[in-house]
Amino acid sequence: MNTSVSQRNTRPELGISGSLDVGVWQWRLASLAIAAIVAAPILIVFAAWLGPSSETWPHLASTVLPGLLRNTFVLIVGVGSGVFILGVGLAWLTTMCEFPGRRFFEWALMLPLAIPAYVLAFVMVGLLDYSGPVQGGLREMFGSSAWFPSVRSEGGVVIVMTLAFYPYVYMLARTAFIGQGRNVLDTGRVLGLSPWASFLRISLPMARPAIAAGIALALMETLADFGAVSIFNYDTFTIAIYKAWFGFFDLAAAAQLASLLLLFVAVALVVEKQMRGRARYDVTGKLTNEPRFHLSGWRAAGASLAAGTVMMLAFVVPVARLALWAWESALSDLDSRYFRFFFNTLFLGAVAAGLTAFAAVLLAYTYRLRPERLTRAAIRFATLGYALPGSVLAVGIMLSFVWLDQQINSVAMSVFNVKLAQVLTGSLVALLLAYVVRFMAVAYGPVDSAFERIKPSLLQAARSLGASNWQILWRVSIPMLRAGMFSAALLVFVEVMKEMPATLLLRPFGWDTLATRIFEMTAEGEWERAALPALTLVLAGLIPVVMLVRRANKRWT
Amino acid sequence: MKVWVTSFFALLVWLTSFSVTAHAADELVVYSARNEQLVRELFDTYSKDTGTRIRFITDKAGPLMQRLKAEGANTPADLLITVDAGNLWRAAEEGVLQPVDSAVLSKNIPAHLRDPGNRWFGLSVRARTIVYSTTRVKPEELSTYEDLASARWKNRLCLRTSKKVYNQSLVATMMARLGEKKTDEVVRGWVANLATDVFSNDTSLMKAIEAGQCDVGIVNTYYYGRLKNKQPDLAAALFWPNQKTSGVHVNVSGAGVTRYAKHRDSAVKFLEWLSTPPAQKILAESNMEYPANPQVKPHPMVAAWGSFKQDTLNVSNAGKLQSSAVMLMDRAGYR
Repeated sequence: MNTSVSQRNTRPELGISGSLDVGVWQWRLASLAIAAIVAAPILIVFAAWLGPSSETWPHLASTVLPGLLRNTFVLIVGVGSGVFILGVGLAWLTTMCEFPGRRFFEWALMLPLAIPAYVLAFVMVGLLDYSGPVQGGLREMFGSSAWFPSVRSEGGVVIVMTLAFYPYVYMLARTAFIGQGRNVLDTGRVLGLSPWASFLRISLPMARPAIAAGIALALMETLADFGAVSIFNYDTFTIAIYKAWFGFFDLAAAAQLASLLLLFVAVALVVEKQMRGRARYDVTGKLTNEPRFHLSGWRAAGASLAAGTVMMLAFVVPVARLALWAWESALSDLDSRYFRFFFNTLFLGAVAAGLTAFAAVLLAYTYRLRPERLTRAAIRFATLGYALPGSVLAVGIMLSFVWLDQQINSVAMSVFNVKLAQVLTGSLVALLLAYVVRFMAVAYGPVDSAFERIKPSLLQAARSLGASNWQILWRVSIPMLRAGMFSAALLVFVEVMKEMPATLLLRPFGWDTLATRIFEMTAEGEWERAALPALTLVLAGLIPVVMLVRRANKRWT
Repeated sequence: MKVWVTSFFALLVWLTSFSVTAHAADELVVYSARNEQLVRELFDTYSKDTGTRIRFITDKAGPLMQRLKAEGANTPADLLITVDAGNLWRAAEEGVLQPVDSAVLSKNIPAHLRDPGNRWFGLSVRARTIVYSTTRVKPEELSTYEDLASARWKNRLCLRTSKKVYNQSLVATMMARLGEKKTDEVVRGWVANLATDVFSNDTSLMKAIEAGQCDVGIVNTYYYGRLKNKQPDLAAALFWPNQKTSGVHVNVSGAGVTRYAKHRDSAVKFLEWLSTPPAQKILAESNMEYPANPQVKPHPMVAAWGSFKQDTLNVSNAGKLQSSAVMLMDRAGYR
């Protein structure tokens, strides 16, 4: 016991070490198993390099690839700065300041999360393009020479994606700011910093893991996006992947391209972690219920206006447009099946959210039990999949299930002499596992950054009182992780509800969801008729958002 | 909390029970890339008439083909339904379909709309044709797809993106007819004539024509029908090009029996039924397409657009030349 204590003292940055404790290997085994399941489809994508090379590569490289890389770079920089400014700015306003409407915006600003990016893109392009009502109205008033910025442009796609993805940063930054409480700021103020300086020099750096996790999610989503960029006809790297697959029927080249995308994401994530260095982000002291900064005059008006504008553009306008379409043309589609769609969507979302959040906690906790290269590499790898275009990852997941089925079959054949055909593929279990694989990154980010804020000494104290690993997790860590876990579960919940490619490919017969219904309508371009399932999806998305908000309020105020 | 965890895992155990799938004799399993609202009525009608239970999932053609391929002999699917001749050709190439020799199908489906090896059969026909502004263009000014590349359409042409398979098939059949060099000139001419960036769908293209952003474009007939239904005063009309030469470019949606079908006989029977008048009527009318079976008349609204000579080059050429067509369009700068 003594040696173990001294060991802890020499390696404080590792959290609880106690590497020699009985039972650690079981944790490692469990988390490695999870990581392996999540990583398998990604490995399949990388395995495409083993196959023969095709003429697709030189063709793409000599024609479209340079332009695609440039566009992708612009998109990343644009959306990255956009979500940082909107997400962090709004999170700061709603947690630390008081202004008219704050209590409403606090939760309402999360609502755009329920609107898929391609829906926002379609509504915006429809409204603002040359043939849309806005420009049409302008031409009527000012004649045909009326100038309007081109919507299907670089600026347009950056703005729409920023509006669609800022909630990731907003939510995680908010959780971090709430976790800090006012007292760290007060320390800064006592030391003579202005409110701005204490924000920039204390709050922002302390919230860095959470903000970085949020931006990483937003950018991975940006890289993986196919729907929104196609509506803008803005060619990004994803377009090359789909072109290789659907244009040249060359899935191998598509997978090779996709793996390059992953490599890029992996490097970016490692660089960010390295730049953080050995900094620690644990929070000391009690969260207090200090009053917020009271904004008044133009400042208050400005805050309300900013929050209101974002809310309008990212949520009210698209929802109103959908509602109008639903009322005009899609209401005839509404029948008893929608109960089933609604139930399926919520059910899959809830179960997958629970599973994924739990698996993420297990991974993050094992890493803290015994931080070592293998575990870390496995986790890193497992969370990359989020940057893959949905259909590519869906096929990877499907292939790994089919492979498992073949193994199960050969065992069943040789041992019991029975033919099972498919056990996993096409089952609900496979679909749920697919969600865990697809959204592990979404859950792991918030959970991991919440772990970062737990003081290692707390866990060490629990250890020295004789608590087992399981007890530390259950009675110390999880209660402190609650906010992060709820963020994680909520995000996964909403993502699963919106998820299309994996649901389409792996759903059991009859398990149609609202997202697959949207697919049915949009596949042949009938966007107006997709309004009804899209609107229902937004309504269903309100349930987890409201749940999270009530939970967060109960705990922190 | 522990109660929750226990019940959660209990739920999971319960869920695994869903995975057990029973194989009933009078059952068919369909993978369909033609979307639900366009196939459900067919399935329901057939089930009611014959008592055969049809289970299906829908998805895009690419992922469905990958799934069929990966599942191999274990696949539950008996029939693959998909849109676009290129996709059908690819499915046959990948070896996921099996030949079906049926007198009924040979009689009902014209030879140029089915696989020469009888692995798939076109079931409905969509024409990809020229649409023009009735206020700014006289139909006499129009003649062929190739003519849209001539300088008089400078800044007056709208096109949909080359990523859409319908345009890939159009260019592929042009290559089969005109050769690569001539097709390349035509596509470059189109690109030079574009009034604005290409569109992501046919409907916005037609709306742009109506709003005055451009004067002519190329669309699938059923998109026109849908928009015209919603806006009867639409200031755009269809034109049938290449009537003196090759005819209007047509594409199909179609189906084939999977290589490892568990219910082969009933799959063939269903496929044959799909080519008969009652099914053809449903297939064509649900999406304002043309029936593949020439004995069946199209919907009156569709018939009102006039009859036309269609390109009788076998539609499987679209698949064979698809990747060359995509490369050609990439080189020509047609996004």
